[in-house]
Amino acid sequence: MDAEQVVSATPAVLAVSQLCKSYGALKAVNNLSFSVKAGQCFGLLGPNGAGKTTTLEMLEGIIKPDSGAIYYQGEIASRRHFQQLGVQFQQTALQDFLTVEETLKMFAAFYPNPADIAELIQLCDLQDFLTQDHKKLSGGQRQRLLLALALVNQPQILFLDEPTTGLDPHARRNFWSLIQRIKQQGRTIILTTHYMDEAEQLCDELIIVDKGQIIAQGSPQTLLRQHFEGALLQLPDPGFLPQMPAGQQVSVQGGQLCIQTPDVQLSIQALLQQQVPLQGLLVKSATLDDLFLKLTGHALSAVTPEAA
Amino acid sequence: MMFSFRRFIAVLKARNLEFWRDRAALGWNLLFPFLLVAGFAFVFSGEPKAEYKVGVLQQSAVLDKTQHPLLATRFVEFVPYQTEALANQRLAHHQIDLVLDLAANRYVVNPDSAKGYLVEKILLQQWPGATREEVTGQAIRYVDFVLPGILGMNMMFSCLFGVGYVLVRYRKNSVLKRLQATPLTALEFVGAQVISRLVIVLVIAGVVFVSCQQLFGLMMLGSYVLLLLVAALGALSMIALALLIASRLQSEELTGGLLNMTSWPMMILSGVWFSLEGAPEAVQWFAQLFPLTHLVSAARAVMLDGAGIADVGVQLTVMGVMSLVFLAAAAALFRWAGDGR
Repeated sequence: MDAEQVVSATPAVLAVSQLCKSYGALKAVNNLSFSVKAGQCFGLLGPNGAGKTTTLEMLEGIIKPDSGAIYYQGEIASRRHFQQLGVQFQQTALQDFLTVEETLKMFAAFYPNPADIAELIQLCDLQDFLTQDHKKLSGGQRQRLLLALALVNQPQILFLDEPTTGLDPHARRNFWSLIQRIKQQGRTIILTTHYMDEAEQLCDELIIVDKGQIIAQGSPQTLLRQHFEGALLQLPDPGFLPQMPAGQQVSVQGGQLCIQTPDVQLSIQALLQQQVPLQGLLVKSATLDDLFLKLTGHALSAVTPEAA
Repeated sequence: MMFSFRRFIAVLKARNLEFWRDRAALGWNLLFPFLLVAGFAFVFSGEPKAEYKVGVLQQSAVLDKTQHPLLATRFVEFVPYQTEALANQRLAHHQIDLVLDLAANRYVVNPDSAKGYLVEKILLQQWPGATREEVTGQAIRYVDFVLPGILGMNMMFSCLFGVGYVLVRYRKNSVLKRLQATPLTALEFVGAQVISRLVIVLVIAGVVFVSCQQLFGLMMLGSYVLLLLVAALGALSMIALALLIASRLQSEELTGGLLNMTSWPMMILSGVWFSLEGAPEAVQWFAQLFPLTHLVSAARAVMLDGAGIADVGVQLTVMGVMSLVFLAAAAALFRWAGDGR
C-alpha cells in the first residue's frame, strides 16, 4: 500500500461544502467544496486575491461564511473545534514589549493542555533569541515564533496562511524542513501559498483557486500528469510560429515560445529544420505555475483584477 | 542620503489622501474644534467674571434675585446654599467671601479673609442694619483645591487613552485577531485590560499624592481608605467609558478624535481647575454626566471637608452605576476583529 492509498483510506478531518463569502459585489469565495484527510498536507494554491485567506479564516472561525457548511471530524464546526486548531495568520502582530519566551508562555496560558514549551523551542529552533523582544526578530525567526504559537495548543490540524511570504530562499527552505518535521508527527496541515515550488515540496493534495473558485484539485503529481505530457521547451520568440509535429502544442507567452512535447528530440529536430535559433533554449518539466497558466491564461504571481 | 523632495512629496501626498479618505476621522477633526469653541462660549457666556462670591441662604436651589436689592449688586456673584453648615464651611475655607441670611437680617463673615472684609464694606452700604456674625478658618490653598482635580484629570487621560486607544490599535494591527483564535474570551481579555489599567492609575496617583503631600503638606481631613475607594470607582468608570468608545472602532484617528471629544469637556467642565458653584445651571447639569465630575467632587469632599462615606454616597453610587452601564454596553458591543466566533 503506497502513501497515497494510506491517505485515501483515512477519513476526512475537515470537509467544506458550498462555502460562499462576498464583500459587496465581490465574491471572494464562490461555492467552494473540498475535504482534507487526516495527516495530509493540503494546499490552497492561487494568486493574491484568489480567496485563499478568506477561505482559511472561515475554516478557522474568524469570519462567518455567507452560506455553506464546515465540518470537523464529521461534526458541524463549532467554537470547540475552532479552539483545537493551530493557526498562523498571514499578518499577525503580537503584544508589544514582550520577549519570545514571554510571548510563548502567554499563549500557552490560554490553553488547558499546552505543549511543553521547551520542546516547542527545540522544534522551532527558537533557543538563540528567547530573551529578545519579538519586534527585533528577523523575518525567518518571526515566522518560526508564529509557528510555535500555532503549535502551543498541540493541535491536530494546523493552518498556515502564506507562512513563507517575504522570506529569503534560505529561510524559506528552513521553514519547509520545519513543516516536514511537523507533518511527520502526524498532524494535518492546511497551507495557503502562491509559491508553486512550496506547494510541490510540501502538499500531498491541493486545490488551485482562482477568483474564489476551485479550478483544479488533486495531488501535484497527478495534476501535472493529467495536464502535461513529456517536457516543456522554452526559447526566445523567433518572430514566427514554427510548424511542429502532431501532438505538440505551440504558443507564445510573455515573449517566450513554449512547446509542450512528448518527444524532445523530435521537437528540436523540427526547430533546427526551420532554422529557429536555439540560443536560450530551456527544457523543463511542467510546474504548477505552468498548469495555472494553462488553466487560467494568467500567471500565479499576477494579481487578479478583483483583488487589485 | 540626500533629502529627496520627490520622496517627501510622495509620502506627504499619501498621508494626506489617507487622512482625507478616512471620512469619519476627518469629520471629527472638523467638528471637534467647533464643539470646543461652542462649549467655551457657552460656559463663559453672560456677565464678566465676578470679583466676589457671596453665599445666600435660602430654601430653593435656584437664586431668587428679587428677594433683596442687594442681589442686584454688580461684580458680586451670589450662590444659593440650602444649608448654613455647608455655606459656613465654604466661608471658613475662603471659598466664598460672605454668607447672607436675608430672612434673618444677618450675615456671616470670615475675619481672616481680605476679600470678605471688602465685600462686607460694599454690602453694608446697602444693608446697614444687618447683624454681623463670624466664622474663622484658614484659606484652602489653591494647591489643596486643585490637586484632586489634577490627579483626577491625569487618571482620566490614562484610562481613556491607555485603554481605548490601545484597544483600537490592537484591533487594527491584528493583535486581537490572533487572540481571537485562542480560547481567550472577550471577558477575560477586557477584564485583564481593566484590572491592569486600574492598578496602574491607582499606583501612579498614589505615588503623586504621597510625593505632593511630602512636598506641599496637603490638607487631608478624611479617610485614606475612602479616598482610595473614590479613586478606584472613578478610574473604573472612566476605563469602562474608554472600553465603550473602543468597543468596535477600527480607526485610530477616529478613536483619537472621540477620546479627545470626551476628555476635553471633562477637563474643562468637571471642576478640575475651578469650582462649578456659580456656573450656569445647564453647565452644572451637563457636568453631572461626566464621571470625572463625581470623582473630583468626592475626592475634594474627603480631602478638604473630611467627608465620610455617607457624605459622598451620591458620587460613589453614580460612579458605580456609570461603571456598570458602560461595561455592560461595551461587553454587548465588543468585537475582536472578525465576526466568526
